[in-house]
Amino acid sequence: MTPLDNADGPTSGEAMIAEVLAAYPAKAAKRRAKHLTVARTAEGEDAPSCGAKSNVKSIPGVMTIRGCAYAGSKGVVWGPVKDMVHISHGPVGCGHYSWAQRRNYYTGTTGVDRFVTMQITSDFQEKDIVFGGDKKLGILIDEAEGLFPLSKGMTIQSECPIGLIGDDIEAVARKKAEAIGKTIVPVRCEGFRGVSQSLGHHIANDTIRDWVLKDNARTEGATEYDVAVIGDYNIGGDAWASRRLLEEMGLRVVAMWSGDCTLAEIEQAPMSKLNLVHCYRSMNYICRYMEETHGVPWMEFNFFGPTKIAASLREIAARFDESIQQKAEAVIAKYQAAMDAVLAKYKPRLEGKTVMLYVGGLRPRHVIPAYEDLGMDVVGTGYEFGHGDDYKRTGKYVKDGTVIYDDVTGYELDAFIQKMRPDLVGSGIKEKYAVQKMGVPFRQMHSWDYSGPYHGYDGFAVFARDMDMAINSPVWSLMKTPWAEAAAS
Amino acid sequence: MSALRQIAFYGKGGIGKSTTSQNTLAALVELDQKIMIVGCDPKADSTRLILNTKLQDTVLHLAADAGSVEDLDLEDVVKIGYKDIKCVEAGGPEPGVGCAGRGVITAINFLEENGAYDDMDYISYDVLGDVVCGGFAMPIRENKAQEIYIVMSGEMMALYAANNIAKGILKYAHSGGVRLGGLICNERKTDKELELSEALAAKLGTKLIHFVPRDNIVQHAELRRQTVIQYDPGSKQAQEYRELARKIHENSGKGVIPTPITMEELEEMLIEFGIMKSEEQQIAELEAKEKAIA
Repeated sequence: MTPLDNADGPTSGEAMIAEVLAAYPAKAAKRRAKHLTVARTAEGEDAPSCGAKSNVKSIPGVMTIRGCAYAGSKGVVWGPVKDMVHISHGPVGCGHYSWAQRRNYYTGTTGVDRFVTMQITSDFQEKDIVFGGDKKLGILIDEAEGLFPLSKGMTIQSECPIGLIGDDIEAVARKKAEAIGKTIVPVRCEGFRGVSQSLGHHIANDTIRDWVLKDNARTEGATEYDVAVIGDYNIGGDAWASRRLLEEMGLRVVAMWSGDCTLAEIEQAPMSKLNLVHCYRSMNYICRYMEETHGVPWMEFNFFGPTKIAASLREIAARFDESIQQKAEAVIAKYQAAMDAVLAKYKPRLEGKTVMLYVGGLRPRHVIPAYEDLGMDVVGTGYEFGHGDDYKRTGKYVKDGTVIYDDVTGYELDAFIQKMRPDLVGSGIKEKYAVQKMGVPFRQMHSWDYSGPYHGYDGFAVFARDMDMAINSPVWSLMKTPWAEAAAS
Repeated sequence: MSALRQIAFYGKGGIGKSTTSQNTLAALVELDQKIMIVGCDPKADSTRLILNTKLQDTVLHLAADAGSVEDLDLEDVVKIGYKDIKCVEAGGPEPGVGCAGRGVITAINFLEENGAYDDMDYISYDVLGDVVCGGFAMPIRENKAQEIYIVMSGEMMALYAANNIAKGILKYAHSGGVRLGGLICNERKTDKELELSEALAAKLGTKLIHFVPRDNIVQHAELRRQTVIQYDPGSKQAQEYRELARKIHENSGKGVIPTPITMEELEEMLIEFGIMKSEEQQIAELEAKEKAIA
């Protein structure tokens, strides 16, 4: 099935991994070996196991693609909350280089009542390090309040030095929240904490619990059909494409965390009857809290590709009454013709093409069925910052022989691509141009390569078009190998 | 002019580093040495006895007011004290906020970059008691102080601190060339203080540079914000500091790479001197006591 699907042959994934590891010093090879595996179904099991070691420190000296805790909190969880001012607290660089990076779409007027794409920073100088930055933070909050009176609150996203010098940002947050009468959330997401952005997600989740839900959770006005979409960051409009389907099937989306999200939506999520979890990795923590504290159950769903969309719509509907179930069927039927047209157009052009993925969050597994709907095969996948539970969930999505790589290094990914020669690689901006220079088509699967949405039925049409555009671009036929030509002449 | 000598005084908090160093430097100036004192303690009290007042304009406070250290001139921060000794205080945040260690690094870099050390014979760093982070180790690192003088006494914790500082010096001795100049015992009138100090010096591979006897005149002078040298130049204590200054002056280039000992060795040493009892002794005494009661 995959180019390497022969466990014993010289081209097996296992043999390839061994060959790639051989370039490392013995100690590094031993450590990295635990992160690289091939999905294989054991006897008596019905899905392959993807048991790669994960969520541990990257080896110094390798090129890891991971981010930091600040990226996890400011960039992922809190950053998209659109009516709050998110302060990058510390020296200017962290805020500057993460400025408007994630394409979290939102409605409203930026700079008036929306602040997602603005860079607000305390711009630490040496004197702030030496004498502490709490005073400056207080002044910044006052100034931001004066500039943006329509903001609903603020978050303080700590950069590394805040933790090193021990500033008391919680005290500043409490004092200023009282003074301006708005929610101010101090987040201890210093970049040196943890091994990747994953801890930043967790820390940010904990601050939602401690600084928002604990005192301000609201449930009045709830209906039987309320749901919250958790962990959809509305990249390229993803959450809108998802929301549309949920509303069409008769559900009321009371909160979208945190794409196109308001502080009010964070506060009222507990009124939901069911939390629908898109990105499990970055928001499972707060879902467990809402389940324990507010009695809101949660379930994961997958809106990538018509097969999974239909299955997810039915699973969601099954948690509600018959009227919802009927409407879900109606929704599926309504989009059937459009999906058939998409598949009729693109499947012949993409059938049999192979894909390697390396992304974060949920995408290394969730987008696989969308490729399969187009007749494509995912032959390798891995997570930047996944944990054991992510790899456990991956088994259901992959075929035997799929190469699994955790926190893959630049060298390993290059080597795997060269050996497997997939028809498409889906990863991030840092990988894009290197892969294209190898002559391999590429799509960014963090930002959707400035396209999107990819969620829902609307998104699938865009997804199919984009993959076709990348793989079947005439540009690839123009690529010549000088040495091959020289040999031929 | 001889080559610039950079020395530093370290030791347990409250041991009398600032008092000892200022008295010694006031004596050293009598040997026609041009001296600058760099106070590396946020409390900024390392130059009080030389300036006869507490220095208010510290490098870091002036920098914070002006914007950054780049906005400062040397004249803003260098004050002239007793017999033309130049005084600078790094300064730093009030307790509990910010990063005083970073402040020390900033201040020392500023002085070096702006030529504060030109035409000087001696730079003396006075560092706060506990080397709690890299910033306070700055004078040990990066080829700043060539010799470290550890001020200590016969008290257990002072000995312990002295040994720890020796460990810090050892850590940087090979990369930066810093050496241990010797121990200065500031008498506390503990048991066998001189012997104990000499024994520790021997263990550390160095020597007891001087045993400064306790004399209340130091207090009297300090209350008047003066060194003993200035307050009562003819006193016996002034003579002691002159002696110490001469020894330090003659100790140039004679620093050693220390051989710090383990906590167990330190305790054994105290037992040896009868300061601390061994466990066997303690048990025997307890048993004797119980017997007596019974």
